[in-house]
Amino acid sequence: MSTTFAPEVLGAAKAAARAGGQDTYWRGVGRRLLRDRVTLVCGAILVVMALLIVLAPLIAPYGPTDGSIARRLKPIGTPGYLLGTDELGRDMLSRLLYGGRFSWFVGITPVVLAFFIGGTIGIIAGFAGGKTNMAIMRVTDVFYAFPSVLLAVAVSGSLGAGILNAIMSLTIVFIPPIIRVAESVTTGVRNLDYAEAARATGAGARSIVLVHVLPNVLGPIFIYATSLVGVSMIIASGLSFLGLGIKPPDPEWGLMLNTLRTAIYSQPMIATLPGICIFLTSVCFNFVSDGLRTAMDVRA
Amino acid sequence: MLFYIVRRVVYVIPIALAVSLVCFLLVHIAPGDPIDAMVQPDTPQEVIDRVRSEYGLDRPLPVQFGLWLAKLVQGDFGTSLIKGRPVLPDLVSASGATFVLACTGGLLGVLAGCILGGIAGVYRESWLDRVLLGTAVAGVSVPHYWLGMVMVIIFSVNLNLLPAMGSGPGGSTAWAWDWAHLRYLILPSVTLAVIPAGIVTRTVRGLVSDIISQDYITTLRGKGLRRAGIVRHVVLNAAPTVLAVVGLQLANLMGGSILVETVFAWPGTGMMLNTAIFQRDLPVLQATTLLLALFFVVLNLVVDLIQTAIDPRISRR
Amino acid sequence: MTGQPLVRARGLRVSFISREATVTAVNGIDLDLDEGEVLCILGESGSGKSVTLRALLRLNPKGKTVMTGALAVAGHDIMTIPDGRLSAVRGKVVSMIFQEPMTALDPVFTIGYQIAETLIRHEGISRREADRRALELLELVQIPSARRRLGAYPHELSGGLRQRAMIAMAISCRPKLLLADEPTTALDATVQIQILLLLRSLQQELGMGVIFVTHDLGVAGEIADRIAVMYAGRIVELGSTVDVMRQPFHPYTQGLMGATVHSGTRGKRLTTIPGAPPDLRFPFEGCAFAPRCSHASDACRESMPAFRHPGPGRAVRCIRVEDAEIKHSPKRVSAMA
Repeated sequence: MSTTFAPEVLGAAKAAARAGGQDTYWRGVGRRLLRDRVTLVCGAILVVMALLIVLAPLIAPYGPTDGSIARRLKPIGTPGYLLGTDELGRDMLSRLLYGGRFSWFVGITPVVLAFFIGGTIGIIAGFAGGKTNMAIMRVTDVFYAFPSVLLAVAVSGSLGAGILNAIMSLTIVFIPPIIRVAESVTTGVRNLDYAEAARATGAGARSIVLVHVLPNVLGPIFIYATSLVGVSMIIASGLSFLGLGIKPPDPEWGLMLNTLRTAIYSQPMIATLPGICIFLTSVCFNFVSDGLRTAMDVRA
Repeated sequence: MLFYIVRRVVYVIPIALAVSLVCFLLVHIAPGDPIDAMVQPDTPQEVIDRVRSEYGLDRPLPVQFGLWLAKLVQGDFGTSLIKGRPVLPDLVSASGATFVLACTGGLLGVLAGCILGGIAGVYRESWLDRVLLGTAVAGVSVPHYWLGMVMVIIFSVNLNLLPAMGSGPGGSTAWAWDWAHLRYLILPSVTLAVIPAGIVTRTVRGLVSDIISQDYITTLRGKGLRRAGIVRHVVLNAAPTVLAVVGLQLANLMGGSILVETVFAWPGTGMMLNTAIFQRDLPVLQATTLLLALFFVVLNLVVDLIQTAIDPRISRR
Repeated sequence: MTGQPLVRARGLRVSFISREATVTAVNGIDLDLDEGEVLCILGESGSGKSVTLRALLRLNPKGKTVMTGALAVAGHDIMTIPDGRLSAVRGKVVSMIFQEPMTALDPVFTIGYQIAETLIRHEGISRREADRRALELLELVQIPSARRRLGAYPHELSGGLRQRAMIAMAISCRPKLLLADEPTTALDATVQIQILLLLRSLQQELGMGVIFVTHDLGVAGEIADRIAVMYAGRIVELGSTVDVMRQPFHPYTQGLMGATVHSGTRGKRLTTIPGAPPDLRFPFEGCAFAPRCSHASDACRESMPAFRHPGPGRAVRCIRVEDAEIKHSPKRVSAMA
């Protein structure tokens, strides 16, 4: 939840540039990943979670909004309600499964959007240089002047609650840092010798971008974007926690966490379950991102 | 050096203006007529029209921005729709509460981060390093609003040691540095400290392991310095960068404490924002965002200047 | 001169251990240095010459390095001396200068501070006194406007001045032994000569022993009393500078001379040594230079050639060299068992 978007990407850019999409490079990446047990385990957890979420309608024993006050706050392990019931008597397991769909969607979509939008703008800024670069980067600086959570909350608060508004505000939060990374990586690659050489041999701007710059900058930008997913999950659920995301009665982990606050005295275990889901997702994404960074970066 | 300071300060002005513009536009990106955000739904039409011209909402946007800026400079941060009184006094007292919380949380986080990161950096690639780094990643990944709830469950509900809500006995919001108030600060500040602790740990680890592999550390060992003497060099080499990260984290905490303040009902800017969002009190939302963002801009400037002052490697021109 | 040499190494081995491999960078070295003597260790990068130098002060990375053999420096057993007592020797009795003064000096401390720090550590003098001595030292190494330079940061000085400051720091406590790790390599040719001249005059003035590591034969000839040529972690040729320069015996030394421009090669073509040094991760039998040697025979590949002594004070690890009849000084050159 920070704005410390470290500009350590230049090393990665050079590494990727050196490797230049060679077969041996990717084989090396694969070998390093296979040796990295933490990354493998976290990746496996994410895959399982994704499957559970996608298959929620088949797995969930109840509908996400079915419930009766008569059965409210049953403890974990109650027959028929594996993870108990919430404050309105709805099955926790079913709600967590369905809730994951919203949490993942709202958490991941902004990063994907920001990757394409910010990546494009940043590559343009880096490749164009000069005044275009100046203009783009100064505008980026303005958005950098907001703490990320504040910006998300303020935009989302103005737009009002709703999934689309939450996604939009998070996208706005993540575009500037991705622009910065894309710009610095592109500028780095652009100044490398072989790009110079390509220019000297008379290759046009378009062919330089397509053949030389793009393959070498996408990797670092992608890695950086993956490192944002964990943060995005936390802020996205945080927005719901504040009542700015999904509207009840739809389930979403952050929103569930908020409504279950009333239950911390009677069923503390149940009240923390949605948070554990957010934490698990975020931590796994962060470890996988770190693992990818290490595996793709020759320095490490 | 003086020229550098002046240049940096001057450079902040356009940024501050642009930040104000973004905050100004917040009200205008809200769906519907901005006037709806300023008056109660059942207001008669003639009152609406009067308010509209009073606020200049019938004028073009750039003019409105100018008017709004002029009012800002005079200290008019707008008027709360719900309370019907100026935002600024409430905002100032809330900022005080947030400042106390953010500083305490930030300090705890930085302290923990420097110690853990320093250890991890020195014992790089050892099992200890791996454990500390894993802990740091977990720390960065914690949804702190959830962590706050867990802390309340453990320390307030189960152990009944610390209060779960508020910033002082009997719901008082006036802060004082005594134990009666500090008890209220412990849980929220620890909760707030976890993420910066993780970030600082990773930064410091990288810095320290980088520094101790530098040639000049071999020189220092070669000239017979004792461990304490070498540590002094490592610390002073790491200081400028650590300071920058710390400043950024502190600023982030000021703006990012909204979730923790909500969990612990801490009477700061975050609570104010939360209430404003809930009541759709857009002037309050706008003023709070603006104040926090300007604080962020100024803090960044201060950190930058200090960094330049203490780091001989940075050119001062 | 005391009876004991300043440096005495016997069978010194240094290995670096990592998860992937063990690299034996120094593989059994015998070395003696008298007080006030200047020895040059000559070799290309990766020959183990810098590692040898650092081993003399146990400066190779702790925990990853394994040292075996016997090593005594200025009367201290470097193999067993505890860290605390070793740190009292470092910088006081034995000090070191490095190739790249830009990275070897701490960038966030002034030159004056870094010199004074050494003095305070070893002589327990006050900060004021240390500053005064630091100024004298800067003047001794001929840094112009020394008083102003005391407050300068390393990046504010030119490469030559930085190296002078580094030297001032190294000689601040009047060490008996100075270890110099390619101190002129990173400098411009004209500055190189100035630094060499400075080192030579300081060496004579202070009567220090010096071990000088370089890959530059010209530099070695300029400053050294004796030359030790290293290849793949072993000394392959040892002798007085004059002898080695005039008549190198080992094919590797001959190759080095051929690859260097000096007065002896004038009018001849420069030759280069084909091939590359062996990979030290894998143990090998026989002469390490054999794969690159045009004279190599099967005998060369069977076992490591023992030292032969073709003249007084000379030793060569090559089977093509005949032992001379003349009795050599056993103190200077000790044959491998």
